[in-house]
Amino acid sequence: MKVTTHSSTDTLTLVLDGELDASSAVVLDAELNKPEILNYHKVLVDCQRLSYISSAGLGVFISHLQRLQDSDVKLVFFNMQEKVFNVFEILGLDSLMNIVPTEQEAQAA
Amino acid sequence: MTSHLRIACSRQNLQQVRDFVRGFLTAGHRSEVVVNQVVLAVDEVVANFIIHANGEDANQFLDLMLALTEHRLDVEIEDQGHTIFIPASVSPNPDMREYIRQGRRGGMGMALVSRIMDRVEFFERNAHTVCHLSKTL
Repeated sequence: MKVTTHSSTDTLTLVLDGELDASSAVVLDAELNKPEILNYHKVLVDCQRLSYISSAGLGVFISHLQRLQDSDVKLVFFNMQEKVFNVFEILGLDSLMNIVPTEQEAQAA
Repeated sequence: MTSHLRIACSRQNLQQVRDFVRGFLTAGHRSEVVVNQVVLAVDEVVANFIIHANGEDANQFLDLMLALTEHRLDVEIEDQGHTIFIPASVSPNPDMREYIRQGRRGGMGMALVSRIMDRVEFFERNAHTVCHLSKTL
């Protein structure tokens, strides 16, 4: 699992590459734990190369979501593969999290 | 058709488990979503055994067996340790709004497993804990 980041004035984009499981979730957690993340208006998560997510990966996003919302930081997922989106769907998280098809829609969200 | 795998209780081995299940199921030309669901269910149970039953002790190991007959998949995961580990029963319908509000990061794994698989059983056999999963594919 590799996480790379790039940012503009008010948007931080996390690009996920690989499989997010109980072993690799710590890498993503470290990124979302950085205090400076609350300085952005929006955190976009590019899931194009995210090929797998387990409950440990979902748990990382869930554990940070309220904190981000409380600081008016939007968390938006885009380019999610169908099999990964299905894992969000199984728990009903697709209706509680902001998941859009494209980067353009994520930018506009 | 059956296949076996033995792994040491390290979360570094979860990738090997997923590759093993994918390799077993991909030969049958099944949808990527269904294959991923089964991979996820096995990964969740194995992660529970590694982390909660064995405290990530790499000197302990787990045996996995996959069996496919017609359209039914059976999975057996046997913990070779001697601590009996039966996970607490979980709601198959966790309140995810509440999870988000609490910032809770655990407790979803077995809910996923119970929603994906047709049958989920934990039992004791020869002083070992065994998890049996089955699903019609």
